[in-house]
Amino acid sequence: MKPRILFSYLLLILIAIACIYPALWTILSSFREGNSLFSDTIIPKKWTLDHYRDLFVERTDRAIPYATWYLNTLKVAVASMVLGTLIQLLTAYAFSRFRFKGRKSMLMIVLILGMFPGFLSLIAIFTILNTLNLLDSLWALILVYSAGAALGMFVAKGFFDTIPRSLEEAARIDGASHMKIFVSIILPLSRPIITYISLTTFAGAWVDFIFARAILRTPENWTLAVGLWNIIDAYNSTEFTLFAAGCVLVAIPITLLFMYTQRFLVDGLTAGASKG
Amino acid sequence: MKQNSVAAGWLSVLCAGLGQWYNKQYSKGLLFVLIHATGVYLISTTLLTKIKGLITLGDQGQHLEKVGKIFKNVPGDHSIFMMIYGVLSVIIVALYIVFYILNIRDAVAVGRKRDSGSAVKGLNNDIFPWALLALPIIGVLFFTIMPIVFTSLLAFTNYASPNHIPPKNLVDWVGFDTFHKLFNMNVWADTFTGVLTWTIIWAVLATVTCYFGGILVALLINQQGIKLKGFWRMLFIIPYAIPQFVSLLIMRNMLNEKFGPINQYFRYFGLEGLPWLNDPFWAKVSVIVVNMWIGIPVSMVLVMGILTTIPKDLYEAADVDGASAWMKFRNITMPYVLFATAPILITQFAGNINSFNVIFLLTSGNPATMKYNNAGQTDLLVTWLYKLTLDFNQYNIAATVAILLFLIIAVMSVLLYSRTRSFKEEDMIQ
Repeated sequence: MKPRILFSYLLLILIAIACIYPALWTILSSFREGNSLFSDTIIPKKWTLDHYRDLFVERTDRAIPYATWYLNTLKVAVASMVLGTLIQLLTAYAFSRFRFKGRKSMLMIVLILGMFPGFLSLIAIFTILNTLNLLDSLWALILVYSAGAALGMFVAKGFFDTIPRSLEEAARIDGASHMKIFVSIILPLSRPIITYISLTTFAGAWVDFIFARAILRTPENWTLAVGLWNIIDAYNSTEFTLFAAGCVLVAIPITLLFMYTQRFLVDGLTAGASKG
Repeated sequence: MKQNSVAAGWLSVLCAGLGQWYNKQYSKGLLFVLIHATGVYLISTTLLTKIKGLITLGDQGQHLEKVGKIFKNVPGDHSIFMMIYGVLSVIIVALYIVFYILNIRDAVAVGRKRDSGSAVKGLNNDIFPWALLALPIIGVLFFTIMPIVFTSLLAFTNYASPNHIPPKNLVDWVGFDTFHKLFNMNVWADTFTGVLTWTIIWAVLATVTCYFGGILVALLINQQGIKLKGFWRMLFIIPYAIPQFVSLLIMRNMLNEKFGPINQYFRYFGLEGLPWLNDPFWAKVSVIVVNMWIGIPVSMVLVMGILTTIPKDLYEAADVDGASAWMKFRNITMPYVLFATAPILITQFAGNINSFNVIFLLTSGNPATMKYNNAGQTDLLVTWLYKLTLDFNQYNIAATVAILLFLIIAVMSVLLYSRTRSFKEEDMIQ
């Protein structure tokens, strides 16, 4: 083997270790006995499933209602997925298929607003919700997540742009209405993009920390991101193995989803560059 | 022969919907008249007072009033309520005015069509895209545009704890005082320049390290002679697949000075270990390295995608001319990759300026310092803004910082927008 290739393999192995180590360490820690961060060996001396069981047992000496957090996160993620996907599809379809007055300027507005990270408006959203006493509700969070979904419509618009117009024209000649065309021609053809959008909005809501921490105030209403952050913040390293088990359970669904959506990944990432 | 358009236009000026009625679009006319009536009713009854409230922000705060013989605590004007309703009223009035102008233009346009004798399209055709867009527009209006307007307004008030928090006290307009404070008043100015400098250093370093790191890793895998390319790619994508907040919180533990495994390995080799998150310098190094761990996979996937699109015949032609591997890399691969990813670089830079998660979840902006007001050594403008809002209730300063950030990103968006080819060429595929 040439030295260049040998060196490359060495480098690849090093990078691979760096990539896997944190995940591996966390998984192994979650099976370790005791609760401290410190451990002599990376592989646990005694294996246990106690921490996973412990997560779902409510104890009075600490405020870690993990099951509630999980349920909250699930509710928020599913509701924002449904609402957000719907809004995004409607917007993308309208912009892709119709040439109405003011379309160009509205596209421009969407493009520019879409570049502003949502949390710049966080101050306003926080103060408004705070003043109106609407903080600390899951619905407020869902609304915040899904309301801005329209701004991320460019990937979907790019997809709709590639569906040939002739299909609709044929349908229109046969007397189909706009609604009928959308529901029975466009939607069935858009399965891949619908899957992509709903999975990304689901994952986005599942992992968001910024808005969740700003809006949700009491431990019973927290989502997983806020809850886990709080375990680290409040208990520091004294509940580490419990935290590790919690992390494993959060990461599993998202990592699986990710593996499934991997094939869309490049399209999604490059969409900004080539499709606009 | 222009009678129809002129008559319809003037009728619509007189009252929205009349022109449409005149043009024999009865349902449209009725709809417009109804909207017009609601608009006028709302404006005359409530909206004008609300807008006035936006200008005054209330005259009297919570105060004591003599009722009979005892003093009673009487609730006063709530400035922030007045501001929210004021902004909403302005938006509604603006929408109403836009509607009125469109109504006149529509009446004239339809009138012209009748004058020239061409067919008048039904209501259904024009309105369908707007029906689709209604829900999204309402969402964006209330959760994106209104907050932006509201934030910009907050920057010109004195809404901050401890002295100006309703309902106890009033909030007032103070013009550019907050900006003045941020730039010139010692404590605030030091914090602002310090945090801004670090934000820019961070954004540059984070972008450059992730971008070139991604290219290097992608090229490393793509070399001739490396087997199991798919396997390596899969492995290296793992950091991207794990939810960010999870991996960041884990990293925070790994870098723990006393108990974390990283320092444990250091000690194993007889070294002291480093204060990864507790020393200003090492904390900055840590966030950049951890950010590489998170960001490189993204660039890698991107570059690998681009590598597959380079036409093979370029390399074949180079082979015929006897080019070395290095020359092929230097003259074909690199220019191609750099050209294709240049727009991404701007996006990533803008993204890194606002890279909230890495900083907040890893260090919370710490280590703390006496020099800064409500900020730590690794705080970016965004995390500072977040803390100012949620923890310290300094809403006006936070809003001012947000506006400045907004301007920085606006410049970048325009840069990016002017480079987005497909926006101009979008109808080519059809």
